[in-house]
Amino acid sequence: MKIAFPFAAIVGQDSMKLALQIAAVDPAVGGVLVFGDRGTGKSTAVRALAAVLPEMTAATCPYHCDPARPEEACESCLARHAAGESPDTHVLPVPVVDLPLGATEDRIAGALDLERALSAGEKRFEPGLLAKAHRGFLYIDEINLLEDHLVDLLLDVAASGENVVEREGLSVRHPARFVLIGSGNPEEGELRPQLLDRFGLSVEVTTPEDLKTRIEVVKRRDAFERDPVKFADLYEAGNAAIRDSIIAARSRLADIVVPDSALEKAAQLCIRLGTDGLRGELTLMRAARAYAALQGDTEVVWSHLARLAPLALSHRLRRDPLDEAGSVSRVARAVDELEAA
Amino acid sequence: MVAAPSSSTAAANDDTADDAPPDDWRDVETALALFATSPSIGLRLAARPGPARDAAIALLKGWLPAGDPFRRMPATISEAALIGGLDLAASLDAGQPVLERGLLASADGGVVLATMAERMPGETATLVAHALDTGAIRVERDGLSADLPSRVGVVALDESMEADEAPPEALSERLGLWLALDGADPRKTSDRSLTAEAIAAARRRLAAVETDDAAIEILCQAAAAFGIVSLRAPTLALRTARASAALAGRVQVAEQDVETAIRHVLAPRATRLPTPPEEPDHDPLPDEETDDRDADTPPEQDRSAELQPEAGLADPPEDMTVETTNMALPDDLLRRLAAMLRAPQKLAGSGRAGGHSKSVRRGRVVGTRPGDPRRDRLDLVATLRAAAPWQGLRQSETEAPSRGSLQVRSSDLRIRRYRGKSETATIFAVDASGSAALARLSEAKGAVERILAECYVRRDRVALVAFRGSRADVLLPETKSLTRAKRCLSALPAGGGTPLASGILAALALARASAREGRTPLITLLTDGRANIGKDGAAGRPAAMADAREAAIAVRKAGIAALVVDLAQRPSEAAREIAETMGATYLALPRADSAALSNAVASVSRTPAASTAHR
Repeated sequence: MKIAFPFAAIVGQDSMKLALQIAAVDPAVGGVLVFGDRGTGKSTAVRALAAVLPEMTAATCPYHCDPARPEEACESCLARHAAGESPDTHVLPVPVVDLPLGATEDRIAGALDLERALSAGEKRFEPGLLAKAHRGFLYIDEINLLEDHLVDLLLDVAASGENVVEREGLSVRHPARFVLIGSGNPEEGELRPQLLDRFGLSVEVTTPEDLKTRIEVVKRRDAFERDPVKFADLYEAGNAAIRDSIIAARSRLADIVVPDSALEKAAQLCIRLGTDGLRGELTLMRAARAYAALQGDTEVVWSHLARLAPLALSHRLRRDPLDEAGSVSRVARAVDELEAA
Repeated sequence: MVAAPSSSTAAANDDTADDAPPDDWRDVETALALFATSPSIGLRLAARPGPARDAAIALLKGWLPAGDPFRRMPATISEAALIGGLDLAASLDAGQPVLERGLLASADGGVVLATMAERMPGETATLVAHALDTGAIRVERDGLSADLPSRVGVVALDESMEADEAPPEALSERLGLWLALDGADPRKTSDRSLTAEAIAAARRRLAAVETDDAAIEILCQAAAAFGIVSLRAPTLALRTARASAALAGRVQVAEQDVETAIRHVLAPRATRLPTPPEEPDHDPLPDEETDDRDADTPPEQDRSAELQPEAGLADPPEDMTVETTNMALPDDLLRRLAAMLRAPQKLAGSGRAGGHSKSVRRGRVVGTRPGDPRRDRLDLVATLRAAAPWQGLRQSETEAPSRGSLQVRSSDLRIRRYRGKSETATIFAVDASGSAALARLSEAKGAVERILAECYVRRDRVALVAFRGSRADVLLPETKSLTRAKRCLSALPAGGGTPLASGILAALALARASAREGRTPLITLLTDGRANIGKDGAAGRPAAMADAREAAIAVRKAGIAALVVDLAQRPSEAAREIAETMGATYLALPRADSAALSNAVASVSRTPAASTAHR
């Protein structure tokens, strides 16, 4: 396995790193969309994520079901739960599955096991990438180039949390709950609004402009390219600290207080920005809660909301071609106005 | 600190940047040798087919280790051929799935030569880019899953003829060396010290070459001075400096290696000229560009200007040296950077203009996917291929009488995937002249923005032409990006005469190109119709009107759907007449509220689309 660039060694790009950590603390926040300039380390950051994720306990089934949540289990685990048995479990890393461009539908959704069919004339379901990504992350680089029919498939599964495959008289249904992470360059084309809506948080990344930062980025990249093992060792402690903070935040998450005043502020912000539906507010609250947990705070306060608002709301604004400012600054403006009011 | 020059071979590099005319072929050799030493740098070679290019490729091949893969990759390569997939014949023979390696995996450890890279679709470029980034390729196809090593060096042959043609930026951005062969003569005496043995020795030395922080700092500073935003460029430049040191037999990157890297990696990417501190009055931009700068500035430049705040890239170099102490910036580096820039400017220009928008999308079959053949066209071969592996299984489940016959199930059905089958391209031609515009340009912009929003919803492509003064300019080549269109429109300058004919003709040229690529173009002309500049740029109303009528006739003859939006305060005869000549729908702006506008666009673009879809 190739060594990934350490998460802790990524220079700057705080919003992107924060969004990924929030998604790791509370997957219910929804996916993360990273859009921006080329060469800003978008995919580097996502591929680095796996190393800072805490491990998970899973049933020994093809879908690594969560033994603590029988209501979301696959058929074989369900049968065991029904029989009053508890499934065998093991501990494994949270999956971060790369959905490469050029992947075919059968490998994404899963299909009949070709080898079994050819050699034994036997029908067996071979789980696909969606099954692999269950309880973890599904990463799509250049998401705006993804074929339309694959986008439809993803939207369908993401909405229902389960994947249904019907082939050769075989009907398989398995849980597929994953955090979708997409990255891309807006100049390659826009994302379909329906897909955009699936993402809880969105981040616009830009190339750092400060010379010192730029030099540091190039230096670390160079050091990594020359000796990945040594470089990764150097940042192992940093990665471990991030992992610990995610674990700690998860355990605190349920106890974070969300006062009515925060709910009210979030609602005001969404009204001011004219975001459609309740989804924006809900995501903002969830993300702010995870952020408070990461910060070691006990209560969601205005500063959490203000920090997360651009991430949770900027991609939910109605497109306004007349506004040159761009959605991130529109959100920032609304935050400032609300703060002043 | 950068090491002092330590060998005479390397000192030769310095000469080329000085006043003496550069020996083009020596430059070519240097770039090729750098690539051969460290193929992971990547090479973009801008050259038409011809003896010079053949000589360059032959030279490169001779310098690469014999036996290493050297694979040609056509721009039209299919996804399956690139990534790999199921080898059906072998699988059926063996009774188990057999993976056929794609080009990227089979070229592992060697070089991929991408021909006609300017025609390469964005999707293909992204796959190659993934191999370059990770050194591996993931196969998730045809029921197979594999992670195959793909450590390749890529040479992209860029044969662009037009300024707006260029290899996809996702690819060229990852290729370090940018080399233009124009004018280089392979018969010129070559550097005899460059031999296959010398390069093999350099390859062995490469891993041991050390760099110091000063080299990295200079490269970052130079990239900033050139207005290069991406951080990949300095990273690739650093690899190049290391290769240069290895070639010269050094174990430490020296000043001349850094300069070689700047010359071959950074200078060709420059989006602006560094300002030499010594001569602040000298404006090195070519006249033509400074004249009409507002109209001509490509969108990227606008953006990079925005991206350079007070504290960053735009800083004068003095401030940078304060920030990073210990920086050994050679005194006249900036002046020499400026000198380097003159030659390769054409290359940089083409890269900026077309890179992101130019993914070649023609109405051709790009692959197959499961689907319903009642709605789309069946791909029989793919369907049979899909059915083949399952025959054994199905035969065993079948009742005796029909056993033996081919069994195709609905899940096997494959339909053809076309590219650009029914895509619409809306080409805006906006009259930004004084007469039409000053009063109404903002309304015209509003109208365009409104239609843009509609196009965004329908995922159409848009292009933008503006005409004013003496000519028409393509402000935005066809794109799907609303971001770019928006940016471009807001920067639209106004004033001057009305070269209506030029505007119509420019839009027509775009429309034709778009139709050739398999899309359905729609010209939306926003004007008051009062032409006063002819297509030759000369003033004079009667001639200008005649030219405009002629251009309008050309649009009708080309059979391209059009919409004319009258910008005049009161609906004018002139615009209506142009619309009639063009065979276009006419709409007067005073009445053209947003809803009417989008309806008009929708209805006009729907009509021709029906006739050309499903080709």
